[in-house]
Amino acid sequence: MLITCPYCGPRDVIEFTYQGDGNRQRPQPASQNLDAWNAYVYDRLNPAGDHNEIWQHSGGCRAHLRVVRNTLTHEISSTAFARGDHNSVARHRAEDKS
Amino acid sequence: MVERQSPLEPVLHPGSHGNFEHGVEIILSETRPGSILQLAAWPGQEKALMAGIRTVTGLALPDGAGGGVTDGVRSVFGFAPGKFTMVDEAEGLASAFADVVTPSIGTVTDLSHGRTAIRIAGPKAEWVLAKFFAIDFALPAFPIGAGRSTMHHDVFAQIQRTGADQFDIYVFRSFARSFWKALCHASEEVGYEVQ
Repeated sequence: MLITCPYCGPRDVIEFTYQGDGNRQRPQPASQNLDAWNAYVYDRLNPAGDHNEIWQHSGGCRAHLRVVRNTLTHEISSTAFARGDHNSVARHRAEDKS
Repeated sequence: MVERQSPLEPVLHPGSHGNFEHGVEIILSETRPGSILQLAAWPGQEKALMAGIRTVTGLALPDGAGGGVTDGVRSVFGFAPGKFTMVDEAEGLASAFADVVTPSIGTVTDLSHGRTAIRIAGPKAEWVLAKFFAIDFALPAFPIGAGRSTMHHDVFAQIQRTGADQFDIYVFRSFARSFWKALCHASEEVGYEVQ
């Protein structure tokens, strides 16, 4: 399986580390919304098809990536830096209030 | 300054080795640069850092992932978004950057004692490296000056092409002896010389 890193180009999957489901939304650290924490820790979509995932190019540029992988075929349909997601504190706070 | 000890000392045997009856096609050496730095820019400060590198060293980094440049004495290349490896034959480069790369631009990390620099040169250099790393070493895909970060099993390696037939590999000091031995084994069948 090859993953095309936005910085390094196509590399073998052995250089990458899986960092988990890319769909989960981490509540604000001070949040006491137990449903939100429960969803963050336990709820997974487990789709048979395209799946949003976070991978780290740990054996290369070490960037965290947002990857869409097909769980049936292992086809990678998109890769992008995840950096922007981690900076969007405002978004997490807005969702936590709902 | 205290003389730096090389981790390769017990295994670095100058001379020709392996199957060299038909000629030596690989030259291995340790370049022992005085300074190895990691320069990292905060998001949005990449251009300011590249300008700082030019101010201190005179090296003009090209844009683009993995871009790099070398003048034979000093070398620099990008190995990750906003991060660069900077190498100088002379010691003390970190202090030269201290005033230029300010805390608002990014960080300077002195890795001079933490990395070992190994040079592999010769007509079969690409061929030997292709046995180690699953990346494209052909000149059009990996131009002179460019850098790549990759790994051989668990040995993380940063590679810069410093000539058409020459690559400088930076590995963790603690892995350097093992990696050197592996390079020697891989070079045996084409004949190699250690300088």
